[in-house]
Amino acid sequence: MRPRESLTSLVLTAPATLALVIFVFLPVAVVFLLAFTNYQIGAPGLGWVGLDNFEQLFGSRLGRNALLNTLTYVAIVIPASVGLGLLVALGLHALARSMPRLSDVLKAVYFLPVAATLVAMAVSWQMLLHPSLGLINTWSSALGLPAPLWLSDRGLVLYTLSAIGIWQSVGYNMVLFLAGLAAIPPALYDAAEVDGATGGWSRFWLVTWPMLGPTTLFVLVVTAASAFRVFETVATLTKGGPAFASDTIVYALYREGFVYFKAGYASAITVVFFLALLLLTALQVWVIERKVHYR
Amino acid sequence: MKRMILLGLLALGAIMVLLPFIWMVSVSLKPQAEIFTASVTLLPRAPTLANYWQAITQTEIPRYLLNGVIVTGGILVLQLLVSVPCAYALAHREFRGRGLLFAAILAALLAPFHVTAIPIFLGLAQLGWLNTYTALILPFTATAFGLFLLRQAFARIPAELIDAARVDGMGEMAIAWRIAFPLAMPTVIAFAIFSVTAHWNDLFWPMIATTDPQLATPPRGILFFRDAESGDAPGPLMAGAVLVTAPLVLAFLLSQRRFTQGLANTGLKG
Repeated sequence: MRPRESLTSLVLTAPATLALVIFVFLPVAVVFLLAFTNYQIGAPGLGWVGLDNFEQLFGSRLGRNALLNTLTYVAIVIPASVGLGLLVALGLHALARSMPRLSDVLKAVYFLPVAATLVAMAVSWQMLLHPSLGLINTWSSALGLPAPLWLSDRGLVLYTLSAIGIWQSVGYNMVLFLAGLAAIPPALYDAAEVDGATGGWSRFWLVTWPMLGPTTLFVLVVTAASAFRVFETVATLTKGGPAFASDTIVYALYREGFVYFKAGYASAITVVFFLALLLLTALQVWVIERKVHYR
Repeated sequence: MKRMILLGLLALGAIMVLLPFIWMVSVSLKPQAEIFTASVTLLPRAPTLANYWQAITQTEIPRYLLNGVIVTGGILVLQLLVSVPCAYALAHREFRGRGLLFAAILAALLAPFHVTAIPIFLGLAQLGWLNTYTALILPFTATAFGLFLLRQAFARIPAELIDAARVDGMGEMAIAWRIAFPLAMPTVIAFAIFSVTAHWNDLFWPMIATTDPQLATPPRGILFFRDAESGDAPGPLMAGAVLVTAPLVLAFLLSQRRFTQGLANTGLKG
């Protein structure tokens, strides 16, 4: 290859490559190193502490609490958001045959929270759930139901945040499932009918559900990955409180690193968070590979 | 009958999804007295635009919106300037290290921004660049996702077309920008929607990189506003929330297909 040609390639690719090195690869390497130190932001020096930071995360009540809260949040949001996303997609898909316009309007409505600014919507949720000025408790009191403190009851706050997380992500999953449904060849339903599957349920289990397999896997992983990152609603509505009842892993990362300036400990939290996401991706790749083999 | 039940359930779900939107707009239109009352109603009885007037003239909301435009615009321009030539080279040129570079891009896709935040913060602090627009914009120049999407789109352009341009004497940079870029416009738009939405709505990095309210992006600004009014002025606060949410929601309603493509069908998020 002529040197001029190589120079051209270099000019074209160097800025992006440099940006990737400076803003992705170098920081990732640094975060893995910092995780084994006691570095404090602003401190003159740092010391090697081995696995101390990880011991603190997994051994202390506060660290375990953040991990457990995140897992609880993920465990609630995944099935609810994926399940509801599938139900809404099936409903809209069926509705589209008789009332396509209405189906499109409803689709836009369900997708709205995905495009909206989550922080602003969380502020609206805060007003909606306000103990005395909010609509939810006004209505539930009128119906004779209890009017709980949605965001300041320690036993309840994580579930409230999960509900908002579900509200925000259902539309996204719905769109993915709708794309999956549109890709199923109608001939398969005709074939199933010939085989005697005439009812809605048998059609669903015989054709729709297996054909949606890859979509469902993808939706599960995407939902899990974004649920692990929950931050905006926590930062806006609870700051991890009350008494750390809604502390999550990314919020703990933010608090330890940028409020308490414990860069070493926050790096350890980052590493654990990153490894969990990588594990999730590996799981996805593994399942897809296995599927291809057994087909 | 069955269809009516289906329609009823879907409509009920839609109302639940819409509730925070309706409530946000409703409170923003209510006079102060109607908000602080024991008999809360869903819709305002005497709607007024006073809250919007107050949010626009007496608060920093316009400043936050301007910051949002500067930051999201700056990020998108930088991302495209850096990514388009590189993605073009990956798709239509042979060079040493091409496979390695593409593998690096795929690897970089795995690292969400949260993972790199601490070292980038430390680096910006060293340079004394915290609390600047640079701090809000520069770290997002590297976009593995943008590089990947653009490379895939450019690879679909026939090689003959590129060769013809070369024969005509066009330089490689010119081919990247004047041939490949316009031909990949649907992908560029999908990426632009993804990038602008992600950074307009982001709270994590603005909370880390800036403490100066003058630099607050819309979500950060809403929180400054809320913490300052501390419950005294929910009307203007909701008006501010509407103003912050409106640009993207309106853009979505005007071009739903492109938006769903940009946010969902591109296949990745965050």
